[in-house]
Amino acid sequence: MAKIVVEVMLKPEILDPQGKAVASALPRLGFTFATSVRQGKRFEIEVAGDPTPAQLAEVEKAAGTLLANPVIENYTVKVEK
Amino acid sequence: MRVGVVTFPGTLDDRDAARAVVAAGGQAISLWHNDADLKSVDAVVLPGGFSYGDYLRCGAISRFAPVMKSIIDRAEGGMPLLGICNGFQVLCEAHLLPGALTRNHELHFLCRDQVIKIENNNSSWTSNYEIGQEILIPLKNGEGSFQCDDATLAQLEGENQIIARYVGENPNGSRNLIAGITNARGNIVGLMPHPEHAIDPLTGPSSDGLTFFTSVLKATVNS
Repeated sequence: MAKIVVEVMLKPEILDPQGKAVASALPRLGFTFATSVRQGKRFEIEVAGDPTPAQLAEVEKAAGTLLANPVIENYTVKVEK
Repeated sequence: MRVGVVTFPGTLDDRDAARAVVAAGGQAISLWHNDADLKSVDAVVLPGGFSYGDYLRCGAISRFAPVMKSIIDRAEGGMPLLGICNGFQVLCEAHLLPGALTRNHELHFLCRDQVIKIENNNSSWTSNYEIGQEILIPLKNGEGSFQCDDATLAQLEGENQIIARYVGENPNGSRNLIAGITNARGNIVGLMPHPEHAIDPLTGPSSDGLTFFTSVLKATVNS
């Protein structure tokens, strides 16, 4: 079944202390690959059948109203099989 | 003078807020999140706590509670409205105040007594303070870092909408040391630290916070 996936990230200019804490924990475990880490949220939304354009438009609206705060966050809406 | 105090599921500080209203000489009216009836109140306090468990984002779900629709309508008409801590987060999520509150820059939950400086005494909730007055009230939050874009910050500074700033080291990473802001009209105030916990030296670090509540009583009497 297809899922509608909404991903929410803090805008680049907003400080992400959680991401920074993760970034500083990685090298303590020997993982030295990261120059930066940003942490976000992922919502997986199921609807009956394949999502319709109308449903996607509704999800887009819900994402901008509730799932993300557009003052500090960006979001994307996509369909995953 | 009737001052409503809202209880959401997860609110903690409604009783202290009601006690502060009474100590200031007002009548505290309990308002329930799921009831749109504001019971003829003259002003409203959104107290601190963890409404709806802070799920999603602090204040994000509370904003859509039935009581909020009535409060937003009245506040847009000029009713005094104070959001403390979680209440401040609700006001930002409801877009009654600009900006947003994010995780403290050091990630720790803070709980301590904090000196703040009153910057604006034209709001409904700060009119009995002197500009530049330093007061000591508790600060206790995990997501108290006030963030906004540069244009919004310039507007807040330019229009004198910052009502209080932290004194000393920045406790949570708030831009320009912002502890509280007001809307352009001055009736809606959001404040991160807790004046309702500082109304009596017996139970708080001072009685400095009481003046928020005496200020609004004066504001509603005069309106």
